[in-house]
Amino acid sequence: MSFEDWIFALHVLGAATLVGGLVMSWIVVFAFRSVEDAQSTLSLNRVAMVGSAAVIAGLVLALGFGIWLAILRVAFHPWDGWVIAAIVLWGIATALILRSFAENSKPVKKARALIAGGDNGPNAELRALNRTSRGLVLRALASAAIVLIVVDMIYKPGA
Amino acid sequence: MLAAIRGPGQDFPVLLHIVGATIVFGALLASATSLALARGETRLLRLGYYSLLLVGLPALILLRLSAQWIYNKQGWDKVPSKFQPTWLDIGFLVADIGGLFFLLALVVGGIGVIRMRAGKSGAGLLRVTMVIALGLIVAYIVAVWAMTGKPN
Repeated sequence: MSFEDWIFALHVLGAATLVGGLVMSWIVVFAFRSVEDAQSTLSLNRVAMVGSAAVIAGLVLALGFGIWLAILRVAFHPWDGWVIAAIVLWGIATALILRSFAENSKPVKKARALIAGGDNGPNAELRALNRTSRGLVLRALASAAIVLIVVDMIYKPGA
Repeated sequence: MLAAIRGPGQDFPVLLHIVGATIVFGALLASATSLALARGETRLLRLGYYSLLLVGLPALILLRLSAQWIYNKQGWDKVPSKFQPTWLDIGFLVADIGGLFFLLALVVGGIGVIRMRAGKSGAGLLRVTMVIALGLIVAYIVAVWAMTGKPN
């Protein structure tokens, strides 16, 4: 394996970590929708944090090794249209993902406040926060941007 | 740059293969993490199992069928197995033997979930599911490295 092959493999591993983390966070977000009490919210949040870490690691690795690869490979350039499109989509996806994280931190803060107040029973406000449609929309848009990046990477329009 | 330039008609099966593989990877991550962090909590144990069953299994079927589609499209089915490259062997090994372990994880975990439903302890069986899921995560990382770096 050449050095370039290693960079390519690490780029794809980063992309797999990103999409895998995103799939994991979707699973957890749907699990959150049936949670009504503070302790269960915090338990599920522990799982969600691993998914978030995978998404962030994947975003950084996929972009970093991707740009490195575009510089290394003779056939591609960082200024190729499909590479620029991927970088723009990456920026959009990152902004949306970070906003969805902020949205999903609201029920966690509420759960901590409830536990501090000695309340661990079902709570209507916490249930509403766990079912936030704003967080779902942000995540769906981010996922759509990531899917478009994958399609762009495979079909390489204009290459 | 997810893949090199390919022949005509190969992009769509490759897209399906990558979508299947990354969804399986995500389901394995969700399953292993939920089961590892469950500490006996029924909600997380069930989440760990159903992530594999409802998300991972359909994606594994997509991964395997699309892999076969690409294999036939690229003409590997006409190449004697002793001349096939190592990266292809690694891919099939992880998909097929890994698939058997995946099914084993589902069966063992399923018994655990049924036992929990009956009020008995199923945590030990789901721990076996977690160990298999962790092993499969490592195997998938090796497979991604092999399929992209194409050693040999």
